[in-house]
Amino acid sequence: MTDAKPIRVLIAKPGLDGHDRGAKVVARALRDSGMEVIYTGLRQTPEQIVETAIQEDVQVIGLSILSGAHNFLFPKVMELLNKKNVQDILVIAGGVIPDEDIPLLKEVGIREIFTPGTPTSDIVNFIKNNVKNNVDDEN
Amino acid sequence: MDIIQGVLNGDTRSIAKLITLIEERSPKANEILKQLFRFTGNAITIGITGPPGAGKSSIINQLAKKFRNKNKKVGIIAIDPTSPFTGGTLLGDRIRMQDLTLDEGIYIRSMGSRGKLGGLSQASYDAVKVLDAAGMDYIIIETVGVGQSEVDIIRLADIVVLVLVPGMGDDVQAIKAGVMEIGDIFVVNKSDIDGSDRLVNEIRMNLELNPKKSSFKPPVIKTVATTGEGIETLDETINQVYHELSINGIISDRRKQHAQQELQELIKDFYLKKINSSFPAEIIAYTEKILKKEIDPYSAANAILEKEE
Repeated sequence: MTDAKPIRVLIAKPGLDGHDRGAKVVARALRDSGMEVIYTGLRQTPEQIVETAIQEDVQVIGLSILSGAHNFLFPKVMELLNKKNVQDILVIAGGVIPDEDIPLLKEVGIREIFTPGTPTSDIVNFIKNNVKNNVDDEN
Repeated sequence: MDIIQGVLNGDTRSIAKLITLIEERSPKANEILKQLFRFTGNAITIGITGPPGAGKSSIINQLAKKFRNKNKKVGIIAIDPTSPFTGGTLLGDRIRMQDLTLDEGIYIRSMGSRGKLGGLSQASYDAVKVLDAAGMDYIIIETVGVGQSEVDIIRLADIVVLVLVPGMGDDVQAIKAGVMEIGDIFVVNKSDIDGSDRLVNEIRMNLELNPKKSSFKPPVIKTVATTGEGIETLDETINQVYHELSINGIISDRRKQHAQQELQELIKDFYLKKINSSFPAEIIAYTEKILKKEIDPYSAANAILEKEE
């Protein structure tokens, strides 16, 4: 019934946009698939997101953005993760993101971008297939 | 960095990784905790409990800032319920604690209750030890939103703050057993709404009726956590109460009880694990017999324990 090692995910909304319906729907879907989802609410700075991810020792960060500032904020999150030498977190993103921006975002290290219309099961499956659940093997 | 040294230095990643090992019940966690144990016992542990939506997270957000003003380091463990069906959980306590995220003197960890029903998680007991060894001066434990009987926090914290809000029932609620008995400090939050004075009076009357002849009477404080009103008083009261309970020996009595309960739990876990691995076939066979009413569960348990001896 319950997994002794549930996947821990941080769902975060960087920047100034105030719409988190999508983030909540995703958080709920991940919860229902047996994950532990930390939701931190609106208007997070990249610094807050990275620090929260480290304190909570998550395996996944899901960034949600609708404001159009993704080309600035997503690379900033990746830059801070690199600066803190955090390489073991899978970073994915979603929201209103034009197709032409996706290659750049993937280049900086966002592993997958989920745009409007994506079934939540795709996100669940992507996380389950891509998380290395190997805390015991580290350290 | 070595994880033990990392924790002792207060390194965030080491603390975070160790708590994950504890949550996953890794044997490695026990080995590390053995090394860290002698560095524990210095922090003041404060349990914050109360019904869902009473304002526990918001109060912690404000209270932690007061502790930081005095240059104290603060560890926070915030527990939310795990789904009994999927094992998933939505941990949302940090939403009210955003102000604290970037303060280097504060570490916050959200935890799912993972099957425990008393308001805490199994791993929270050891997580407190980790934060203690990491040099936190105060460790605040936020329970899941409780109903009437989730009182496990008294097995973990030095002092318990019970947060209530007006409008949750009549005056009989205040004299019921359970959570209403465990507060060392009562906080009436959202005290800017109607009914808060009445609630304060009901709590006070209930405390007056306590038959125990103790000089200690839990204080009742009004707060509005969203504005910070009353938090200064809460901070002072926590220190006064901790001081008073230390002088009259209650804190050390509690710590003794906690240590004994932990030891007994460990023995129980250890023994059950041993029985499970020594007699897996017997356990299945006896379960079948119980279902067929060929044996009662009391005699079955005895029979298996006798094999062990």
